[in-house]
This record gives sequence, C-alpha cells and structure tokens, in this order.
Amino acid sequence: MKPAPFVRHVPKTLDEALKILADVAPQDGRVLAGGQSLVPIMAFRLAKPAHLVDINEVVGLDKVISDGTTLTIGARVRHAAFHKSVVDNPLGQLLSAVVRHIAHYPIRMRGTFCGSLAHADPASEWCLVVATLDATLVAKSTRGERLIAAKDFFAGIMSTALAEDELLAEARLPLLASDVRFGFNEFNRRAGDFAMAASLVTYRLNAGKIAEARVGLGGAESFPRRIVEAEAALNGKTPGDTVFRAAAEAAAKAIDPLEDHQTNAEYRRDLVRAVVRRALEQSA
Amino acid sequence: MDITLTINGRDHAIAVEPRRTLADAIREDCGQTGTHIGCEHGICGACTIIVDGEPIRSCLMFAVQANGKKIRTVEGLANGDKLHPMQQAFMDHHGLQCGFCTPGFLMLAIGVLEREPNISDDGLLDVLSSNLCRCTGYQNIIKAVRAAAKDMRKE
Amino acid sequence: MSAHGTRGSGTTWVGRAIRRLEDPALITGKGRFTADLPAIHWVRFVRSTVAAGKLTKVHAPKGAMVITAADLKGVKKITPMLHKFNYRPVGQPALADGMVRFTGEPVAAVVAASEEEAEDIADQVELSIDETTPVTDARRALEAGAPQVHAEAPGNVILEGKVKTPDFDTVWNGAHKIVKVEARSRRQNATPMEPRGAHASYDVSTGRVTLTCTTQMPHLTRTAICDVLAFPESDLRVIAPDVGGGFGQKMSLASEYVVLVWLARKLKSSVAWTEDRRENLIAGFHSRDQHITLEGAFDRQSKLVALKADIVSNVGAYSCFPTTCGVEPLMAMAEMPGPYDVQQYACLARGVITNTCTMAPYRGVSRPVITFTLERLMDKAARAFAIDPIDIRRRNLIDKFPYKSAMGLEYDDATYKETLEMAVEAVDVPAFRARQKEARAKGRYLGIGFATFSERTGYGSPAFAARGMEITPGWETVIVSVDPSGFVEARIGSSPHGQGLRTTLAQIIADAIGTTPEMIKVVHGDTDRAPYGWGTFASRSLVISGGATLIAARKVRAKLIKIASHMLEAAPDDIVLADGSAKVAGTDRAIPIAKLAREAYTQTHRFKGEIEPGLTETGHYDPPGTFSNACHDAIVDVDAETGHVKVERFVVAEDAGLIINPMIADGQVHGGIAQGIGNALLEEIIYDDNGGILTATLADYLPPTAHEIPPIELHHIETPSPNSITKAKGLGEGGCIGAPAAVVNAINDALSPFGVEIEEIPATPQRIRAALRSAEKHSAHSRASGNPGP
Repeated sequence: MKPAPFVRHVPKTLDEALKILADVAPQDGRVLAGGQSLVPIMAFRLAKPAHLVDINEVVGLDKVISDGTTLTIGARVRHAAFHKSVVDNPLGQLLSAVVRHIAHYPIRMRGTFCGSLAHADPASEWCLVVATLDATLVAKSTRGERLIAAKDFFAGIMSTALAEDELLAEARLPLLASDVRFGFNEFNRRAGDFAMAASLVTYRLNAGKIAEARVGLGGAESFPRRIVEAEAALNGKTPGDTVFRAAAEAAAKAIDPLEDHQTNAEYRRDLVRAVVRRALEQSA
Repeated sequence: MDITLTINGRDHAIAVEPRRTLADAIREDCGQTGTHIGCEHGICGACTIIVDGEPIRSCLMFAVQANGKKIRTVEGLANGDKLHPMQQAFMDHHGLQCGFCTPGFLMLAIGVLEREPNISDDGLLDVLSSNLCRCTGYQNIIKAVRAAAKDMRKE
Repeated sequence: MSAHGTRGSGTTWVGRAIRRLEDPALITGKGRFTADLPAIHWVRFVRSTVAAGKLTKVHAPKGAMVITAADLKGVKKITPMLHKFNYRPVGQPALADGMVRFTGEPVAAVVAASEEEAEDIADQVELSIDETTPVTDARRALEAGAPQVHAEAPGNVILEGKVKTPDFDTVWNGAHKIVKVEARSRRQNATPMEPRGAHASYDVSTGRVTLTCTTQMPHLTRTAICDVLAFPESDLRVIAPDVGGGFGQKMSLASEYVVLVWLARKLKSSVAWTEDRRENLIAGFHSRDQHITLEGAFDRQSKLVALKADIVSNVGAYSCFPTTCGVEPLMAMAEMPGPYDVQQYACLARGVITNTCTMAPYRGVSRPVITFTLERLMDKAARAFAIDPIDIRRRNLIDKFPYKSAMGLEYDDATYKETLEMAVEAVDVPAFRARQKEARAKGRYLGIGFATFSERTGYGSPAFAARGMEITPGWETVIVSVDPSGFVEARIGSSPHGQGLRTTLAQIIADAIGTTPEMIKVVHGDTDRAPYGWGTFASRSLVISGGATLIAARKVRAKLIKIASHMLEAAPDDIVLADGSAKVAGTDRAIPIAKLAREAYTQTHRFKGEIEPGLTETGHYDPPGTFSNACHDAIVDVDAETGHVKVERFVVAEDAGLIINPMIADGQVHGGIAQGIGNALLEEIIYDDNGGILTATLADYLPPTAHEIPPIELHHIETPSPNSITKAKGLGEGGCIGAPAAVVNAINDALSPFGVEIEEIPATPQRIRAALRSAEKHSAHSRASGNPGP
C-alpha cells in the first residue's frame, strides 16, 4: 500500500499554484491540501495522480475572515480551526458543533475545510454544512474566478462542478441571524466513522412559528442537499414532536437513498427519519 | 528529493521520493522504528506522531512535507532514564500488552494534552477513540491517560 | 476460594500485580518488530483478483523478478492432516498452482529493491485466469450441483464429525418441550494491530537461513517450512521478535513465509515482506463463519435433558496448518454442551470448503459461537417456560465436580453457579428491571443479557489426539538456568506476544527459588535459544509453560538446597531459600544464591561427585487440561429507530483458578471482552456474489474504538485447579467467548416488547432494524386484520 510515483509541485503563491495546476491538470494533476482523504486512496492506488500541486505552502489561503455578513474560509484552513468558534455569530457555534463529528482529532489537525468540499464524499459534514446554508464556493483558475452556488457544486459521489484546472480557493458562508436555531445529528456505527446519514437544520421563530427552515441531509444520497419537502413541513408550524416527526417523514420519503452491501433503501430511510428528527429536537 | 527531518531534536538529512510517506521515512530512512505502521490509510493511528506541536497520522503526510518541521516520536519522550509521565502511567496501569499500538497512543495523548491540558474526561475519550488497540479493551489506556493528564498538569 | 488481591502479602511474588518486565522497551520505542529489520530485497505478492478459476498465465513485465508456482518446483504443498472424521486432506501450494481458489490467494511474488518498487511492478503483472463460478456460502456449497472447490473433497465436505449418545432417542422422544435456535455467526478477522510479515536472511558462511516473522509458534513454523522445502531444521532459525498481537491469526502457517525462505536460499541474501492491511483483511486468515442449528429437549421442570446440534463451519479454501480446518467444527462438537448438565447429545459437525479466505483459529475458536448459540437457547427456553433466564441457568448449570460431559470431557472444579450469582448480584437485577420498565414507557429499550460458559484451557496432547490431529501441540518444555553470574534465565518453548509471560513466569520462578523477578530473564521466540515448544495460543501458556517452569524451577531449588547444604554443612531440611540467599533456619548463616550458582560451575570438586556440575534444569508439562469459567452480563441500550446498540455496562464474574498476576489477568479479560463486543456488534467480513471482498479497509471492517467499549467490571473467584500444577487456569480467550452471547441476549431482552429475535452475530444496526421493520409490518397487519398485536 505505497502510493504510485508522482511529481510534487510546491507553489508559494496562488497565481503560481493556478499556473502549475493549469499545466499539469491535463496530465492527471491534482491538488494536495490536507491529504487526509487523498492520501488513503493513493495508498490503495485507487488514485494514481501523476502530479500533485501541494498548496500547503501557498500564502494567504489559511485565513478565516468575517466581514459582518459572510465568513470566508481559505483553502488551507484545517478542520481543527473550528474546534473553537471562529466568529461571534451562531455560525461559529454551528461550525464548532459540527467539527467534532469529523473523523478524529489527528485527522482534523491536517484535513481542510475546502479539501473536504472538493473531495465531495457524500458523508462529509462540511459538504452538508455548505449545502444547507447555501454557501458560495469560489473556484479559481488561470482563466479567472467562478462563484458556484453550493446547490450547483455537488455533481455526484465524489464529483463536483470544479473543472480539472480549478482550485477551490475559498468557501463563503453567510453569517446567521442572531436568533437562528440549529441542530445537527449524524449516525455512524463507530466513533469517527463516515456518517451513514447526517442532518443539519436551521430555522428562526416568527411569533412562535418556524420560519426560514433549512433541512440539510448528508450521507443518504449521492451528495448533500436541502430537502424542501421537509422544510415545507416545518415552515409556519409551532416546533414540537408532531411537526418534527412530520418533517422527518417527509425527508425520508423525499430521498433517493444510497444503497450498499449493508444498507438498503429502507434502512437508509430509517436513518434519515431518525437524524432529521433528532437534529430538529436538538435545535428546539 | 533531499530533505532534512528534525526528529526529537536531531537532524536527519535524507533523500526520498515525493511519494515516501513520513511514517516510512522516519522508520526506513531515519531508522527510528518506534513509530509503527498498522494500516496506511489513516484509521488505526499506530503511526501517530507530533509535528510542530500537532498530533498527526504520519502515514497520511508525505516526508517532503515535513522538511524543516519539528518532529517528535516515541523515542524522544523520555529524558534519559526518566520516563515521560505518560510512559510511566502506561506501565503503572498496564496500558499496553503487545505494545504495537502503544507509541501511537502515547503520541496522541501527549500531543492533545499539551494543546489542551484541561480537556474533560469525555473529551479525552473522544480523543482516544482516534486510535485502535486490539489487546487492552482500552480500559487501562483510558486509566493511564487520565492519570498522566493529572501528572502533566502538575508539571 | 479467595478474593483477588488478598494474597501477595509481600512474601510471595505469585498473586501480586507487579509491573511488567516487558514494558520498558515497548513504551520507549525500543521494541523490535519484524518490519523494523532492513532488507536487501522486498517482496510484493500478486494476489488473485477472482475467487475461482483456472490460472493460465502470469504476464510479468520485462526484466522484473517475478516468482510463480512454476519456479517453486519441488516445493511440497502445505497439507495438514487429521486421521479421523472422514477428513479429506487438501494441499495448499505456496503460490497458486493452476487453480485459484479465493480472492487474495497469492499467485506470484515480485522481488525488488524496495517495497514501493515491488508494488509498482506488481501493478503491472497481469494474470490470465479463466474464471469459474465461485461458492462462498457454506450452505450453498453443500447443495447438489454446487461448484467443487477441491476435487479431493467431493460435495465440498472436508470433514464430518458425528456423535450420538446411546439413550439419546429415548430421552429426546420423551421430552416435554423442544426449543430451537438457528444461529449464524458471520465471518471475522482477528485483526492484530501488526499485520503479518517476515524477513528471511541467508548466511553465506553456514548456509543457514534466519526467518524473523510475526508468529505465535516459531518452532512449528520451522518444522513446517523445512517439511515443504525439504531441508534440515538445523539450517533454519526462526525468530519471533516482538509480535504485535496474534489472537490465533499468527498461529497458522502463512504460505508467504515459505516463499520468503525459498527466496532467501535462492538469492543467498535477505528478503522481506510486510503485509499491508488490505492483504491482511482479505487473505490473512478468517474465522467464525458458522451456521449452527441447536435444539434443546427439556423436561417439565425446565431441565435440559438432551441437546442436538447441526454445525456447519465454512473453513475457506484450504486447511490451516497445524490445527487443520477441523479446529472450528470439532471444537464446537466437543464443547457444545458447555457448563450445563446434559448427558444426552447428538451432533453432526461439518467442515465445508468454499472459495473464501482460509479459516484459522481466532481467540476462543468455536466457543464464542457455541456459547452464543447455547445461551440463546437458554433464554428462549426460559421464555418458553415463562421463567426468568437466570432461573433456568440455576436449574441446569453443573454443580458437582469432577463432572464427565456427554462427550467424555472431565471438568475439574468449577464455579458456574457461584459466578452466575456474583454477576447477578453485581447488577442488581430488580433495580434494572424497574429502570427498564420506566425507560420503555419513554420509548427507550434497555436490556440485560447473561452468558455462563466454561472455557477449556491448557489443552494437553490427549485433547488434540482426540481430534485425530497429526500434530498434538499439548506439552511444553522450559529450561531454567542459574548462570555463574547468579542471574536466572528461563528458556521457554511458548511464544508470548502481549500476554506478559516474561513477568508471570518470573513471578513463579522467583517464589520457587527465593529470588526476585528482576533477577530472572525469560527467553522465548528464537528456535536457536528456546527448547522445542508449540507457542502461545489456546489459553495455554500460563498453564502449560507455567507448569513446566514450576517443574524446572523446583528442580533448581532442590539443587540449590543440596549445594547450600554442602556449603553450609547443614541438613537439607534446614535450608531456606529466600530473599536471594540460602539460609540455615534459626541461625544467621547464609550464602547468596549467586554464590551457590558460581560454585555449582567453578567448585564442583567440593561436591565429591554427589552433585552434577552446573545449574540448569529442564521441566516438561503435558496437563490433562482444565476449565475456567465465567458469567458475563451486559446491559445494553438499543435505539429502536436506528438499530444502534450501546453497551452501557459489562460485568464479569470469572474463575480462572489461581491468579499469578491480577493486573495482567484483568488485562487479558478486558481485551477479550472488547473483541467479543466487536464480534457481537461490528465486525464482519463480507463477500459479494462474485467472491470479492467488500470489507478490505478498517473503515469497512470495524474493530471497536474506545467509544464502543463500556467500563468493564471484574469480579473474581479463585478455585485452584487440581489439573494444573500452578493451580492456574487459562483465561486468554474467556472474554471473547462470553461477550457475544451476553450482548446479543441483552439486545433480545431489550427488544422483547417487539417480539423479535436476533440470532446472528454481528447484530448490526441494519439487521436489528430489519427485524424491527418486519415486526412493525406484522403488527400493522395484525391491527388491520383485527388480530391482537404482540
């Protein structure tokens, strides 16, 4: 289980990185950020990139910046950066509540937020976060900059809208209103494993009724997305067990479940029902 | 590529292919075989070491990426004959049997406790679930790490 | 009987929780494991990517060194033997020869200057295989017309054991109630943290090869390899250095090791192979893949009167050396009745060969499965009789010893009922039932499960002979020397790898000769240094090697007393060995043991020919075998919505005879239970329909983490064994044996309101949900049709 040989490029600036990526992308070149997902698949030789553009020394990509409306997360920002709240906003708390579900401590030391998005594992917690919150993803290449809405970013299992010469330079997450409530729940068989289903929900209360509900679901389909049927079951209702169950049921019905050797569609729907309701209960 | 790995304060000038993992370079090129390799895909944690103060999986980092960084491995824990409190606690509480996963657990626990000395017992359990041990059932590893955490806070 | 920790006042070493002598090297990174050795050549095995087929050609890239079966002319097949039970010997070639029989079977060995390069070349090797239809499931393999895995084993049955006690039919037919369990144990992998690996190095001056490998049985590895390569055992030295866990997986001969030795001799150089995790999961031996149908006949008083078992064990593609693939089905047959008093027994046990990775012993061997099955039977019977599961055990556990089982096994003293009562008391069952009721009202499902079992340990050679094994690894030899420096060395044939035997044997010797454990070095794992022995497996080492150690140490003691009596001019009966000296009782006259030892070599003339020179004694021990026992109870919290099981609490009441080092003993139990919980809930090797493996990473095959293992509470009884001269019984496997039964019984207790039964391990959340879903559908249907629900 040793990776196949590759040529390593170590740009120091973003421009340099994009230039190299443009050169090597057609020859099976890939970006190496934290490496916590890419290196294992290279060890199994499921990926044999001929070139790796290692962005770990590129200046300026390691920033988390809030401008009062948007939180911008650079390509080199590690998961562990979110162990503590990064911004005085419910979003900071949300991110630190979610981050502890991502793999394990040593993995979080190296793995990056944007790297997880680009890898696009269906079970990725960060993918779920950007999908639920309708984040904007900033792809850069020598051809220029492209803003991609999260709902247009994920294309399938481990597949995104990024072109091969594009680097996911940053993710822009909208800050949340101060009264936003959120809840997160995921199911896995063993601590730190990939979620077999995960849900992130946010909403506000308007005169005691749910408003602006977002119900995000990950790990259950080819990529995370908002489940509008579940959101519709919540908006305008008073939070409570009956409403939460109805929303969870709506989510379970709405999905096109991933199936594998152990998990059939019925079981995936069972899990969806459970994680959505539990995320909602946590938010209440 | 010619690089220098600084392991436990000692420089090792080595030539490696870019694909050489840090774990392999530490073991094969620098001869520091205390760091073990159990899965090479980031799950078991046997290869956990501390790089620039961060506990990481050395099988998921390339050696070339550690050029010039400060690396700590199990060989550097004791000060002469004086064991690190974590090593002493593992002995006192029978936190090891075959000893294969032990260096990874030591580096994991020390790496986290140095960053978060006041981590809660539940937080420590989360951390210790990062690595696999097949011998101890974790009972005595948890005991040892909790005891050492107290000692480390005193020091 | 004495409770743990009341002995060891300071006057003896046995019974004390001293720190391990093994630890200082291991915690400082100075342990030496096989993969730590540098080598000139590295090997990568090219493995079959298909489960069954005819291998027509191996295409190697130009200039590469790629060894195939064609190169290994004259190398015999590994062909372990049983002389009973209609066993069909099948041979395993070191590299696939003409046929491939499982995914992962080694087909070729690439030799290169580094691991990376060897893997690069291996990637380019192409195998031409005419695929045939594989069969991976044992029951399917038994069907008429199933593909034949080996021509030598028609119908894929490689062995068949049958037994029926004379009055079985009469008792069976007169029984009041029959209770049946259809148990399924899925396939598991022992998953030592260190995968397998070997390093073979050729010495040009002597022509000897030193094979350093991660094995539990160095001598038998030497014997087996010299058999198949046909050269003298004196030309092969096998070293088991520090070994990173074995759990049985490393007690079977790896065909890869044969290739390594062959290569070292051919290249006259050093050559190494380090198994990677993927290889380990697909080809590093599997286990526990069994179907058992068990029926119990009970009388009106819920007393078990007859037991009938049908055991189908999927043994994989070949028969493992040395135990043979009989180890699972035949152990299941011999020990199925467990701790219960039942004299009528009928059993059919079959080993079935399939296109899957070869089965080998794994901690507990068949007993986790048979205990699971039998304990399910007891719980179901309790329900059928509407009595408490604890009461049915009280009515049926053996309480008079020695006891002869229906299979003729003699159980020495055991405490089945006492450990059950201890475990029951520890959890406060009435309080739990109250809590369970409250929780159910809130939609939370708690359950409690018990497992009582006997763990046969210290298998002597007659136990293996009873199975008809050609190799009966039942005895051990230990050589204890006090050398002229005054230090003690014990060379043992066992080969510990985490069990702390260097410490516990030193404790035994220290007491026998009146010295301290620090003065004693236990040497093992090197065929040049240790006497021929079998290794460490089957909960045997403390009983058998410990017994041989005690025998040898007592001889040394006798000799020390003789020498001291000469030197101190006192009667032997007046000599006391203690604190490193020989003393004359009631006087202040004393000589250090170190001085006695020096004189034993250097001043032999003083003994006037009455004492032989030197101070080296040998002990052999081949015990009749003994039985440890325990009761486990688990409390679980089953999430009915997701099927997730959290083990909340785990209690053990254990009797393993005299405990030599309580700290080490407890560690063994902890580790066994963690594996048992993993086996019960998480761990499963899964084949797809084409015989490919879907669980080839540690993200798919799931050993438990610290999160999945609850705090484990241990309670001990120490009933000294009359069948073990150290009075100790083995306990290495017990944790693993009881835990799956306790956990799954607890799950079933939790789910009893739904009327579902889980009779399969691992009891995964998917399986639990599937059972609940079908119960939900059934209940919805019943409601719709007006029938009363469960």
